[in-house]
Amino acid sequence: MRLRHVIMAALLPLALSATGPAAAQGTLRIGMTAADIPLTHGQPDQGFEGNRFTGIPLYDGLTAWDLSRADRPSTVIPSLATEWTSDPNDRTRWIFRLRPGVTFHDGSPFNADAVVWNVRKVLDRDAPHFDPRQVGVTATRMPTLRRAEKIDDMTVALFTSEPDSLLPINLTNLFMASPTHWQALRAQHPTAEATWNAFAANPSGTGPFRLTRFVPRERAEMTRNDNYWGTKAKLDRIVLLPIPEANARTAALLSGQVDWIEAPSPDAVPQLRSRNMQIATNPQPHVWPWQPCFLPSSPLSDVRVRRALNLAIDREGLRTLLGGMMQPAVSTYPAGHPWAGNPTFQIRTDKAEARRLLAEAGYGPQRPLTIRVQISASGSGQMQPLSMNEFLQQDLRTVGVNVEFDVIEWNALFTNWRNGCGHASARGAHATNVSFSAMDPFFSLVRFYDSKMAPPVSNNWGMFNDPRFDQMVAAARTSFEPAERDAALARLHAAGVDEALFIWIAHDVGPRAMSPRVRGHVQPQSWFVDLRLPHIQ
Amino acid sequence: MFFYLIKRLIYAIPIALAVGFVCFMLVQIAPGDPINAIVPPDAPQEVVEQVRRDYGLDKPLPVQFGLWLMKVVQGDLGRSLATGRPVWSDLHSAIGNTLTLAFAASLIGFVLGCILGGLAGTFRGSLLDRMAVTTAVAGVSVPHYWLGMVLVVIFSVQLNWLPAMGAGPGGSADWAWDWEHIQHLILPAVTLSVIPMGIVTRTVRGIVAEIMNQEFVVALRGKGLTSWNVFLHVVKNAAPNALAVIGLQLGYLMGGSILVETVFSWPGTGLLLNSAIFQRDLPVLQGTILVLAMFFVALNLCVDLIQTALDPRIKRA
Repeated sequence: MRLRHVIMAALLPLALSATGPAAAQGTLRIGMTAADIPLTHGQPDQGFEGNRFTGIPLYDGLTAWDLSRADRPSTVIPSLATEWTSDPNDRTRWIFRLRPGVTFHDGSPFNADAVVWNVRKVLDRDAPHFDPRQVGVTATRMPTLRRAEKIDDMTVALFTSEPDSLLPINLTNLFMASPTHWQALRAQHPTAEATWNAFAANPSGTGPFRLTRFVPRERAEMTRNDNYWGTKAKLDRIVLLPIPEANARTAALLSGQVDWIEAPSPDAVPQLRSRNMQIATNPQPHVWPWQPCFLPSSPLSDVRVRRALNLAIDREGLRTLLGGMMQPAVSTYPAGHPWAGNPTFQIRTDKAEARRLLAEAGYGPQRPLTIRVQISASGSGQMQPLSMNEFLQQDLRTVGVNVEFDVIEWNALFTNWRNGCGHASARGAHATNVSFSAMDPFFSLVRFYDSKMAPPVSNNWGMFNDPRFDQMVAAARTSFEPAERDAALARLHAAGVDEALFIWIAHDVGPRAMSPRVRGHVQPQSWFVDLRLPHIQ
Repeated sequence: MFFYLIKRLIYAIPIALAVGFVCFMLVQIAPGDPINAIVPPDAPQEVVEQVRRDYGLDKPLPVQFGLWLMKVVQGDLGRSLATGRPVWSDLHSAIGNTLTLAFAASLIGFVLGCILGGLAGTFRGSLLDRMAVTTAVAGVSVPHYWLGMVLVVIFSVQLNWLPAMGAGPGGSADWAWDWEHIQHLILPAVTLSVIPMGIVTRTVRGIVAEIMNQEFVVALRGKGLTSWNVFLHVVKNAAPNALAVIGLQLGYLMGGSILVETVFSWPGTGLLLNSAIFQRDLPVLQGTILVLAMFFVALNLCVDLIQTALDPRIKRA
C-alpha cells in the first residue's frame, strides 16, 4: 500500500500535467450535497448550501458575512451598503448608503433603484417582476422587512413592520439581481415567470463570479468577475456538481473527478486522510439539540429535569463516535461569541449532579423517568441522527433515564416542527430533534423563546411561554446600537441556558474534504465560505 | 392488427389516469408537506399560507388533481415546485439519459443473458450450465447499489481506470459516443445490467432446454441438419418468449434505476425521481411517473407486436 502511494506521489506531477490546461489555470470542481444546482436567479434554494454556492459567489447583498477568518465567529460587515443607521425618530425606518462604482455583470450600475427593485421582487405583489417563487426563500429570512424607498441615487430607506434591530443581519439573505438585465430578458419572454427562468439560466449580479454555463441538475460553471468591486477571486473558474450520495462524493474526490466535496461521511475521513486529502472543519453556527416540550404534561417542563439531561450527556464520547466530526454544544452560542453572555448554569458532564437533580424532581430507581423523542433517520443538518440518538439513549440510561424514539421521515419531522408538541403529529413526544442554524439571532433565539412564536406562527415547538423572555426578546429587537443589541442578545441567550431551554448536544463542524492541490481555503465559523480565497496549485 | 393497436392505445388511457391518480394520492398520504419544497420550515405562517395559495396547494385535493389533469391533457406537465422550471424540460433530458443507460445495460444484460442461457440450456447439467446458473442467481441476488459502490471502489478509487460519477466531462448536454463519455457509462451500465442478465439467463435456459426436448428437434436432427441449423430453429422458437421477458426488463430498467443513478449521479429519471421524492415536488413526481408508465405501456405494446411478427401462431385481433 505504501509503495503504491510512493508511486502515485511520483506520478502526481505527470498526472497533473495530463489533466489539461483548465486545471492548471485554477478550476475548482466542487461536489455539493444538493441533488440539483441551487437556483441561480438570485435567491437560491437548497438551504444555506444554495447561498454558499450560487448566492454569495454570483451576488452581493447590502450586508454580508465576514468569511475571511477562521479563528473568530463571522460577523456582519458592509457589502453593497457602506453604512446604515436606524432613524431615531421612526425606528421602523432604516437608511442605507450604497457603495459607489459597483456594476452588475451586464455592465449596468448598481444604485438605489436596483435596491428598491430587488425588494419589490419578493415583497410587492403588484410589481411586474414580482416572483412568488422567490418569496419563500427570501421573505422568511427577513420577517419584518416591508418595503424600500429611494432617497437619492446612492441612498435608500428600508421600512420594517415593527422596530427591528436585526434587519442588517437579515439583509445578508437578500441578493441584488440586475433590473436592467431582467428588463432586457423580459422583452424576449411572454411572462415574468418565464423571464425569471431565463434570468436563472443567464443571471447577472454583482458577485465575484459570473455564471457562464448552466446545465440543470448536472453542473453550473462560474468564471471570475474581473470587474468585481472588492477583492477579486484567485480562481479562474468554479464548477459545481450536485452529488447527493456521500459515498459517490468521496469516490469522486478520491478518483480525481472533483477537488472539493461537502460533508464527507465521518466513516470516510480516515480513508481520505490516508490519501493525503485535506479535511477542513470548524464549529458552525449550527445546533443539534433536543428541543423540549414545556406543556405541563411533559416531564421536561421541570427545569431540574432539563438541567439533569444537559449534565448527564457525555458529549466527548459522542464526539469520539463521530470521529471528531462535531463540537460539543453546551449552549447555542459558545463562550466568546458576542451573543453568548454569561450563563450561571455551566453545562458539563456531571452524572452525579444529574442524578441528584432527577431525584429532587422525583425520579429515581423506584420511579424511573421515561421520555419520548421524535427523531429522523436522516436529513439536512441532522448529522448522523440514528447513531447519535442511540448513543444518547445508552448514555442517559446510566442516570436512570429511559429514552424512547419515534423515528419519522425528515420532511415529516420538519413539518411537525411547525405544529407544536401539543399537536397530534407530536404523538406524545417530550422533545424533538431538529437541528437549526444559529447564524441569525431571530432563527437561533427569538423564534424559540418568544411566546408569540408558538405554532403555527413559528418554531416554538415546545410552547415555551415566559413573559420575562418575551421582554428580553423585545429589548433585543429594539436595541439599535450594535453594542447594545449584542448585549441584549447575550442576556437573552444566557437566560436561555440558565433555564436549560434546550438539551444542547452538538454543533456541526461543517466538514469538507479537498484535494491537496486546493490552497488558500479559509474555513470560517459559518455556514458559508469565501470562494474568492482558494486557488489550485 | 390495426384494430388491436387502437384497442391497446385506448386501454392506455385508463392506465394513465389510474397511474396519475395513485401517484397523486400516494404523495398526499405520505407524511410531510409539498410546501417545504418552496418554503423553509422556519418561515412565518403568513408567508407559508401566501405561497400555498400562489401554488394552488390550498385547494381541495380533487380540484388540485383535476387542474393537473386538465393541463396534462393539453400536453403541459406543469412546473417543478422546487425549481420553477417546466417539468417537461427536466424530464425530457432525464429520459434521454436514462434511455442511454437503459439501452447500454440492456445490451450487456441481454447479450450476456442470451449467450449464458443458450449455452446452459443446450448443455444442461454440465459444468457450463452450473456456472451459468450460479452467475444468474448471483446477478439477481446482488443488491444494485452495493455492486455499484464496490465497482466504484475498485475501478475508480483504487485503479483509477473509470470515472466514479456523472455523465461526461461536460455533463450530459455534451453527450457524444466517444471514449471520453462512454467511460462514464460503463460502471453504471454494468451495475444495472446484472439483474436483467440473471433473469434473461434463467429464462432463456428454461426455454431452450424445453425446446431441445421437443420432438421437432429430434426430427430436425433425424433429417440430418447440422447442429448450427438446429440451433437456429431453436432460437427462432425461443425468441418470442425471450423477447417478452426482455421487453419487461427494459421497462424495469427505465423506471427502476433510482439507486444506480443516485450512486453514480447519473442525471436520469431515477435521480430526478429521487430528488422529487425527497422534496415532495409533486408535479415532477407525477409527470415523471406518468411518462414512465406510458413508456412501459408502449414498450409492452411494441413487444406484443414484434412477438406477433416473429411467431404467426400468436394471433392478435
